Amino acid sequence: MSTAKAQLEQLPRAMQVLLALGALALAAFPLVPLEAADFYLQMLTQMMILAIFAMSLDLLQGVSGMVSLGHAAYFGLAGYALAFLTPADAPIPLWWSLPLAAAGAGLAALVIGFFVVRTHGIYFIMVTMAFAQMVFFLFFDNKALGGSDGLYVNFRPDASALGIDLENKTQFYYLTLALLLGIYLFLRRLLFSPFGRALAGIRVNEHRMRAVGYGSFGHKLTAFTLAGTLAGVAGYLWAAQTGFVNPELMGFHMSAHAIMMVILGGMGNFAGAIVGAFAFEYVMHVFKDLPAIGGFDTGKHWQLWMGAFIVLVVLVAPRGLLGLGEKLLKRRGRASE
Amino acid sequence: MDFANFLIQLLNSLQYGLLLFMLAAGLTLIFGIMGVVNLAHGSFYMLGAYLAWALAARFGNLPLAIVVGSALAVGFGWLLEWLLFRHFYHRDHLDQVLLTFGLIYIFEEMRSILWGDDVHAVAVPEAVSGSIALTDNLSYPVYRLVVSAVCIALALGLYGLISRTRLGMKIRAGAFNREMTEALGINIRLIHGVVFALGVALAAIAGMVAAPLSSVYPGMGSSVLIMCFVVVVIGGIGSVRGALVAALLVGLVDTFGKVLLPQIAGMAVYMLMAAVLLYKPEGLFKQ
Repeated sequence: MSTAKAQLEQLPRAMQVLLALGALALAAFPLVPLEAADFYLQMLTQMMILAIFAMSLDLLQGVSGMVSLGHAAYFGLAGYALAFLTPADAPIPLWWSLPLAAAGAGLAALVIGFFVVRTHGIYFIMVTMAFAQMVFFLFFDNKALGGSDGLYVNFRPDASALGIDLENKTQFYYLTLALLLGIYLFLRRLLFSPFGRALAGIRVNEHRMRAVGYGSFGHKLTAFTLAGTLAGVAGYLWAAQTGFVNPELMGFHMSAHAIMMVILGGMGNFAGAIVGAFAFEYVMHVFKDLPAIGGFDTGKHWQLWMGAFIVLVVLVAPRGLLGLGEKLLKRRGRASE
Repeated sequence: MDFANFLIQLLNSLQYGLLLFMLAAGLTLIFGIMGVVNLAHGSFYMLGAYLAWALAARFGNLPLAIVVGSALAVGFGWLLEWLLFRHFYHRDHLDQVLLTFGLIYIFEEMRSILWGDDVHAVAVPEAVSGSIALTDNLSYPVYRLVVSAVCIALALGLYGLISRTRLGMKIRAGAFNREMTEALGINIRLIHGVVFALGVALAAIAGMVAAPLSSVYPGMGSSVLIMCFVVVVIGGIGSVRGALVAALLVGLVDTFGKVLLPQIAGMAVYMLMAAVLLYKPEGLFKQ
């Protein structure tokens, strides 16, 4: 596998402080009185949901060296699970529907993972993409599964067991933030556990790991399943927030965007995935809001700028924003010595 | 299913398979020789189809449009290799995936700016617009046979080029051992340019000949790209022969799947891929 570059696993102290400040800012945001507070709350909630999704992919892409171009399938499946579970007349409780939807996505990842984790490198990329496309077409072609139009989620899940009301945008925001932080801490813990070390070993040299007695198939399949489950958590939240699911959620573009988020932030440490998700979504909003210049509507052609932006990131900063930050910190450290 | 019907489906699957082969051959060659995974390959198909539509409207003649379009595609492929891809041969697959994903966006918008977002029909050339009567009420359009014939001719040409010419020998040498080939004084950069331009042209030609059959629409590249991936995975990356066998197999499974089991037709091809992966994780004709 060729993704064995040196990675930023331990974050420098300065960066940790910045991240903690960022988390505080997120926690304090709903308290700030703003003109269009609801709009920004929703936008930030979406960014946090995508950050969970990006972290789940980072477990494969950054930690284990498995670049999945089909990760959106598990994201979308959990969203659909919520849509199917919610009856037309009443909300369903969060406490069992979230674990069930995530487990459903995890099960799909286990089954598909059984086929894909035996492949390597470029094969892995193509095969994950093809299987995600299979799931996409399953939903796209079948009217019973919503077809190309998708499905409505009739009610937001009922979280009264936790004492919160998800119809309230602020409370939904805090639930998402809590899940984001919880999953981040869990994944950081996992990264430095024996399991996480074994995954990193597989990324760097799979043959050697097998030679010293680590069954790479089992480790990779476990990681793939876990990543699918966490992507399911994100997909469930997404469906609950937007009230709507369609096949695009599991599409090729969604998967590629997740890869892009992880790259943009910097892979292998989960913090990068969060930063990348926020940055990516922000940039996309900026491009979509570009004004018309002369007769040419630059905002309508946002894909052009997005494409150019992606190419530029790959050319200039393949280690992402955190990688860039680390470089700057190092340089400053050297200068002050 | 009676015989005439069976024959029609068989010819359709052959035509679809051959068209897929044109795309997959370029994809697998570019991977096999330069080690680049190209997600934007489907975009060349889409651009080819739009080019055929635009040029046919200008010249009033589809064959002429295809000839001019192919020349443009070769030039475009050459330029793209020279400007961008050349710098990505040694980068890891992740970077290549992202670069080419960015290119998909750029090509889609280029198409949108140049030709708009509408669906267009392309007329079948007068001379081959008829159909052959098989029974009283079943007939087969001549143009589909022409598409198959063009694809077969190009496939044979490709086979001849790779296995029978001096250039082909250099291409094979480059795929086998890059450094050694360079050391023998062969201009490997030139070879790379040629192979890339060839791959782009094959994909564009596939789009151009398919334009009258499928009409021309935005996003036609991405569905065909996924099918190409399936073909390349089944055939084995880097193997042109594998791509041919796999493309025909995929054509058969897809076409007959739609006729016999319409409920799962969209998934049939992927099940075939899963089965092949279980049996041979590196494809049928691993090089």
